[in-house]
Amino acid sequence: MREPALIRMLPDGCRLHLHDGPIDLVVEASGSRETVSIAYEAATRRFVSILDELCAELSLLRSQVTRGSRSPNGTIARCMYAAVLPYCETRFITPMAAVAGSVAEAVLQSMIVAARLERAYVNNGGDIAIHLSPGQSYRIGMVERPDRLSFFGSAEVSADGTVRGIATSGWRGRSFSLGIADAVTVLAGSASAADAAATVIANAVDLPGHTGIIRIPAREICPESDLGDLQVTRSVCPLAGSEIEAALDSGAGIASLLVEEGLIDSAALGLQGQTRVVASAQQTPSFDLMQRSLLHA
Amino acid sequence: MADVFPPDTVRCDACPVLCYIKRGHAGACDRYANIEGQLVRVDPHILLDRAKSQGTPLVPFLEREGDWDGKIMKGQDTFVTAIGAGTTYPDYKPAPFIVSSEIEGVDMVTVVTEGIFSYCGVKLKIDTDRHLGPERKLVRAQGEPVGHVTTAEYGSQMLSLGGVHHLTGGTKSEGRVTCETLLDLCNGKEVELTIEGGATVRAAAGQPPIVNGQREDRMRVGCGSATIGMFAKQWFGKVDDVVVVDDHITGVLSEHQAGKLLGVRETGIAVQGRRSTPGRYFQVAEPGTGWGGTNISDPLTILKPFKAKFAWPHLRLLMVSTTGEQHAYYELDEQLQPVEKELPDGLKESVARIRENCEPALTTVLFMGGAGGSLRAGVTENPVRLTESVKRKLTRVTCGGAPAYIWPGGGITFMVDVTRMPENAFGYVPTPALVAPIEFTLKKDDYALLGGHVNFVRPLLEVLEEKERQRQVGALPQNPWPLKPYAGSSES
Repeated sequence: MREPALIRMLPDGCRLHLHDGPIDLVVEASGSRETVSIAYEAATRRFVSILDELCAELSLLRSQVTRGSRSPNGTIARCMYAAVLPYCETRFITPMAAVAGSVAEAVLQSMIVAARLERAYVNNGGDIAIHLSPGQSYRIGMVERPDRLSFFGSAEVSADGTVRGIATSGWRGRSFSLGIADAVTVLAGSASAADAAATVIANAVDLPGHTGIIRIPAREICPESDLGDLQVTRSVCPLAGSEIEAALDSGAGIASLLVEEGLIDSAALGLQGQTRVVASAQQTPSFDLMQRSLLHA
Repeated sequence: MADVFPPDTVRCDACPVLCYIKRGHAGACDRYANIEGQLVRVDPHILLDRAKSQGTPLVPFLEREGDWDGKIMKGQDTFVTAIGAGTTYPDYKPAPFIVSSEIEGVDMVTVVTEGIFSYCGVKLKIDTDRHLGPERKLVRAQGEPVGHVTTAEYGSQMLSLGGVHHLTGGTKSEGRVTCETLLDLCNGKEVELTIEGGATVRAAAGQPPIVNGQREDRMRVGCGSATIGMFAKQWFGKVDDVVVVDDHITGVLSEHQAGKLLGVRETGIAVQGRRSTPGRYFQVAEPGTGWGGTNISDPLTILKPFKAKFAWPHLRLLMVSTTGEQHAYYELDEQLQPVEKELPDGLKESVARIRENCEPALTTVLFMGGAGGSLRAGVTENPVRLTESVKRKLTRVTCGGAPAYIWPGGGITFMVDVTRMPENAFGYVPTPALVAPIEFTLKKDDYALLGGHVNFVRPLLEVLEEKERQRQVGALPQNPWPLKPYAGSSES
């Protein structure tokens, strides 16, 4: 039976929580009381039709994108398609790789059209669309494992930079990954671009053929997965330091290419406690990693 | 497409993604899963936190942000509810959580399980004067019979929905829709109910009912006759006659005992229907959704012509419904025909007073279910002893921490006000049946005596360690703290 969308304020009275099926958004806008309430109303109005809109062309959105393949119709669907298009010639990818970021972007867009906000974000399960008016910034904490809440670093996103989207991908997350990264966090010009890139980079953090990595065809877990028979990661054994380095090298190589092509701003790749940051040589990285001392029992 | 999947793959219809979910896996949302071939909601396990109860609204499932504050919980301020605890069905095995904690120096045990209730339903109290439909008629949702109209109570109409005959005794579709209707009502959502030969009602727990598209605002202060009695003094001298239109008993001031006592002059007014006693009329019109629960929209239709023998030109007449929502003021012309005029200021006050005395009209939803043998077996090896212990008030029964009323007589049949439970406390299985939380709290010594599964008792602090699937919510301030032992007498 279809559950209606959940629309409510979180207990702090500041953030809006929107939930419908697999979509779960936390929204926060800053500005005068009145503009914030106008923005929340706009976000809610936009939100309630999103899931039906996406499901209307779900099978197309689950299909591989190739140069010249059919573009979907919906606004969000087209945003997803555009975000994955740069990757389609070199690898298997479907618009679903950018669904979370694209939804966040669409809801954010509805808010900034409706109201003049100081700053705002829409967080779709870790894929975040950001709006900043001049002089504003956000500081974002990064978590490596969704089941353990400890920050391994932070990112500063400010109005004078180009970053307006953040996304994280990894095998421990809700979506399947072909790689072994615990978390790859990407900063990019939009949430949809960050989402697609995080998926691609996380897939590339890998040790092909390693026997300590358990992989299962996606279809065996989720019969209708867009990844079909591709092997998705289910568990990763503890890795040696050199193995971790090798896997991170592989992911960082792809990340550097994406930075060069201007598809992303920067990326932080995390695997079993090691973190690698990739950013263009000309700029100071937006990431700030915490100094951690390891405790041995 | 479905036929290529393994036989126990289920299709989830909680959202338009319509995931096929394989046995042992969850859908795209991570909230619905296929457990043993059944679609089950797998929201986090809810713990009530007494410290959070002060003014903090309940936080239901699904806040993925993980704003765990890292606080070490004081055991006695946390109550483990059955919401999200899982069930024992169909095996006769100990309940998923049997938790010990100490409160006020007494060792208490709480047995926590989610019951699968095929014998269950909801009792709906719809505050309205409008006629919703004849008693015993079917109540339908989405075209399927889900219950019936039962008695009218003071200012309200009771509906009885669900029950095993609708859940499992009819067609598959009837069972599915009944289950869905009960689930939505119990989780505080709105449902649309159509009564055979009657009204369409949109009902949600704790919200004003919407009857035929019209939102009920207020409950009536009393029947038409009672309203005359209450307001006669305020009307005296300001108006010559008053008719309070009510489907039950319409009152007429000049004939009513209250008017007589004040010396109100006879107006010779004649009202349709059957006169019960002076100034009190039954069946002035058909029941309906118009004035005072009748089918009329023009109140003059219930009056017969005024006679020259009693009435006089310029006679002032107020007609008002039992809630004050509808009112009209007339003066007779030279031919003794009533002519509608603006309500004089002196009468506006009394109409407003009627409204003011009418309490907000609400829909109340009581979930009613019976704890069957297998559920009770999860608590003790000797299920009848649990019944006895509950009856003797040694064991407290709560649903998601909310107090439950236990019916006297055999078995453990209980009722609970769903608005006192945490949000989205109910789930379902496609049997169809409702999944409702139920907790039994009693002294540890008593638990041993009734043959409890003492080997499965775990200290609260150990249970709290398993944070990953848990979520803490504030306890509702109006509920008694479930762990507090009974103070000897019965509770509300």
